[in-house]
Amino acid sequence: MSNENTLSRRGLFMKLGILFNGLVASALAVPIVGFVLSSITRGRSNAYLSWVPLGSVSEFPEGETRLATFRNPNVMPTDGKTVDTACWVRRVEGEQFQVFAVNCAHLGCPVRWFPQSGLFMCPCHGGAYYRDGSRASGPPERGLFEYLYKVQSGLITIQAGELFTPGASASLVEKKPPCV
Amino acid sequence: MRLIAQVGDWFDRRLQLAAPIREAAEHPVPRNTASWFYVFGSAALTIFMLQIVTGILLALIYVPSAGEAWSSLQALNHDVTLGWFIRALHGWGSNFMIAIVLIHMVQVFLFGAYKFPRELTWIVGVFLLLMTLGMAFSGQVLRFDQDAYWGLGIGASIASHVPIIGPAAVKLMLGGPIIAGATLSRFFALHVFVIPGMLIGFVGVHLLMVLKLGINEWPMPGRLVKKATYTTEYHELTKQDGAPFVPYAIWKDLFFAAFILLAVAACAMYFGPFGPTGRPDPTIIQTAPKPDYFFLWLYALLSLLPPSMETPALLIGPVLAIIGLLLLPFVSGEGEKSWRRRPIAVLTVMLTAVTLGTLTHLAGFTPWSPHMNAWSGDPVPEKFLHGISALQRQGALVFQVKQCRNCHSLGELGGQRGPALDTVAVRLTQGQLIRQVIQGGGNMPAYGKNLSPAETTALVSFLETLHPAGQSPARDASRDAELGVVPDRQNSSQPPGSP
Repeated sequence: MSNENTLSRRGLFMKLGILFNGLVASALAVPIVGFVLSSITRGRSNAYLSWVPLGSVSEFPEGETRLATFRNPNVMPTDGKTVDTACWVRRVEGEQFQVFAVNCAHLGCPVRWFPQSGLFMCPCHGGAYYRDGSRASGPPERGLFEYLYKVQSGLITIQAGELFTPGASASLVEKKPPCV
Repeated sequence: MRLIAQVGDWFDRRLQLAAPIREAAEHPVPRNTASWFYVFGSAALTIFMLQIVTGILLALIYVPSAGEAWSSLQALNHDVTLGWFIRALHGWGSNFMIAIVLIHMVQVFLFGAYKFPRELTWIVGVFLLLMTLGMAFSGQVLRFDQDAYWGLGIGASIASHVPIIGPAAVKLMLGGPIIAGATLSRFFALHVFVIPGMLIGFVGVHLLMVLKLGINEWPMPGRLVKKATYTTEYHELTKQDGAPFVPYAIWKDLFFAAFILLAVAACAMYFGPFGPTGRPDPTIIQTAPKPDYFFLWLYALLSLLPPSMETPALLIGPVLAIIGLLLLPFVSGEGEKSWRRRPIAVLTVMLTAVTLGTLTHLAGFTPWSPHMNAWSGDPVPEKFLHGISALQRQGALVFQVKQCRNCHSLGELGGQRGPALDTVAVRLTQGQLIRQVIQGGGNMPAYGKNLSPAETTALVSFLETLHPAGQSPARDASRDAELGVVPDRQNSSQPPGSP
């Protein structure tokens, strides 16, 4: 039996064993944590965003707002129908557009366009927006989210790939100042 | 019989479990705890076991892939023999489990069972409640339909409000930048591996503590809990007035557990499985997603909170509530146990129940949501159109076509987002009506840009007819005085001349 203050051979081996396991565990933790957080780390520097085509400009009559769908730039084989996303396209005039996310700026429910009254209405909590996407009434704190778009040789493309959420900096057009 | 005894002996010599099991079963409990008030914990455990069994059965068919989950649920509902019944058992079991866990919690709270020395049992119980709710939410996601798809969007929107880590939390929750295959897979892992594993572990610890610390004695007004003396008092009580748990108390647990299982089966049989609703296709936007029953109160709360209150209420409210529940046994770990002498405890339970009940009830008919089809589906009732002029009828048309009906009801048909307009002419004068329509305000959008002057005139002249027979519409008295008009007390539905 060893004295309490002296380290026995077996005691040393046990401690070395624990240390060894600790080292291996921390080495393994790197790829494990890397895997778990991959969906966040990949999203840095807007790696998820790409330009996707919405269709020919002529499909969108001037002064009207139409529903368009596009395929998400990042596709996994198990995505099924969720690869397609809808958006509202308003052709203001000529090559001037506004492309809105269907997701309400309140909590993301799909808003519907009513051309007669010129309003987007949300079925969930009653948010409403004017034709230019600005907030009209209800719980949303801001207007509809807008995609960046460009028109090239008669084709309209938008920068898409991320879900718009009200708190996130995913807003491409209205950049909020970062949290202090 | 001798053979069975021999086999039993053979196993017990190796397992050595018979003695501890017998000891646990026969441990003395205070006689008056053999009560129907003490059966909810074991009922929750029974339903949890039902959920494990039915969950495994569903996993035999269910495919956790965003492309196929919905069709595999359809197959369960329609093709697989009794698949619908297993789905219904699992769905109803989930509802019953939350209900029973909540009742159990209220009973424990009102009977002071969380006080010394059972603080940790209560804390573990709070985590069990959170995990049960987590199971309910992740289970709703696995029923991968339109409600699940848009419900995930709502969850992501809420998560995005968290300061600093919000956007990262959204991507972690969704497993990517959008709601897609990876999202369903990770909720499957949560629902089937992570949370159930934790639940089993926590339930084990919870039960172990019930055995080690003994069942809470029936609270008597005036019998106070003191840390110094409680344990001795409890042991004396079980010695003087105790009875073995088996069979003295357990028969009530057994009866109630069987009754609850029967109730789940009856609901499953009679009402059938939940959903799935429409296919989770993000391009189909004609949908009004709604959460499952036990989250309806949250859905109502999110609609009714003023915008400025929403983020703090969403982020701070739940944290405060959980911290409050966790701190409860430390704040009032001693003293009176009986609810008869704890009026604030009783009021807290009643207030919480009334609040949650009212919010859930409101979420049942969502008065805050526009009725998206009212403008095309709910006609202006005939009685509002009798004997009115051509201009006023034109106004009724404008009223219908411009979707006013989606938010305003007439004759109890239409949306309830805005006030009912059956008697609006009594409340607002002509000038006020025009201003409200053109400029909006008070949660109404401005229609100035979407109505021509002619449409506005027609609409307002129709609105001015909306007053009870025999009651005059509102008039601007100062203008009358200025123009020298004597108000006609027997005013008919004729509107005053245009301004």
